[in-house]
Amino acid sequence: MSKFRKGGKKEVGEISTASLPDIVFMLLFFFMIVTVIKEDDPLVKVEQPRATEVTKIEKKELVDYINIGVPQDARFGTEPVIQLDDAIAGLDDIRQWILDNKDERFEAEQPKIVTSLKVDKDAEMGIVGDVKYKLREAEALKILYSTLDDSDE
Amino acid sequence: MARRALPSIPTGSMADIAFLLLVFWLMTTTLESDSGILRQLPPIEENPDDVIVKKRNVYEVLVNFRNELLVEGDFAQITDLKGGAMEFLTNTGVFTEKPGDEDLTSRTWVRRADVQATINGIEQKIQEAADEDNEKAYKKQLASWQAKMDAIEFFGEYRELVPAAVISLQNDKGTSYNTYIIVQNELAAALRQLRDDLCQKHWQMNYGDFDPENNDDHKRKVLAVRKVFPNKISEAEPKDSRN
Repeated sequence: MSKFRKGGKKEVGEISTASLPDIVFMLLFFFMIVTVIKEDDPLVKVEQPRATEVTKIEKKELVDYINIGVPQDARFGTEPVIQLDDAIAGLDDIRQWILDNKDERFEAEQPKIVTSLKVDKDAEMGIVGDVKYKLREAEALKILYSTLDDSDE
Repeated sequence: MARRALPSIPTGSMADIAFLLLVFWLMTTTLESDSGILRQLPPIEENPDDVIVKKRNVYEVLVNFRNELLVEGDFAQITDLKGGAMEFLTNTGVFTEKPGDEDLTSRTWVRRADVQATINGIEQKIQEAADEDNEKAYKKQLASWQAKMDAIEFFGEYRELVPAAVISLQNDKGTSYNTYIIVQNELAAALRQLRDDLCQKHWQMNYGDFDPENNDDHKRKVLAVRKVFPNKISEAEPKDSRN
């Protein structure tokens, strides 16, 4: 049409949308790359028990995980052991680990830190009790017995 | 220019396709949140005073290394636990020193006049409080008593368990974690059932449906319900009965 309207006002050309997909794809890739869920490699076998009366933890950044279970690697034995972050640890490491984790958080958030115990259902309470005692010593009193959600909702 | 060029495929909808992908990705990557039974551990006491708690105010649950249950001195099944705990938390009988009453928990009336008097007293103290720490401590007390007042407003005067009353869950070192969680779960279920019943009766809602984080009215209600049915489940030290 405009081809024939020589005398008229010169129209502003439409902005090309050809590059829009590229922009959106870039966004998509950005999200795909950034939302890598940080999970520690489990070094111990944990099959969680089931429970119905569960609380869901929304603020994941305030949760620290302790895994307790039989090591995947048989060299570490066949009895349940404790895994903190990416390493198998002893009972005496818990206190320092808690303190380190505390330092990473803002002061206002420190009382809200929850320690999540991911314990294999066949583990015995002896080791869990020892860990609980160490947590009390380190004043990490909020704990979560991590379970699978078996409630109806 | 003899051959006609092929018509190009319109790329206008490409953006929409990409957006669909993006939205799909955004919606499906809800980070899996952790779930479980939330508990508060007791702090370690430097000099533990032996608090003497009357036996009738303790609901004792023992789990041994064979994962057998001993509730209040008798063998019990997991299925009995919820009912038993609910009975312990609610029993409305009045304790007198007469025989036959040994199993009744001690309860005291929470009276409107008493609560009001205490609130007034604390408010007075806040006004007189010299330093900030004192004031903070009093404000915390005040909030707790105001929750009691709310409970009276909502449900009428009620009877509360004496502070020492406790559901004591003790386990052996050899108890399996699975059993421990099942027992914890049953005790938590008893408490939730009582709270749910109360909320259903007064507001036709479940306790879990309230949103205390974002709604002040809900927060008041939740705190009031917690005053009537406080969490009495204690994390006791494990016993080792195998040796």
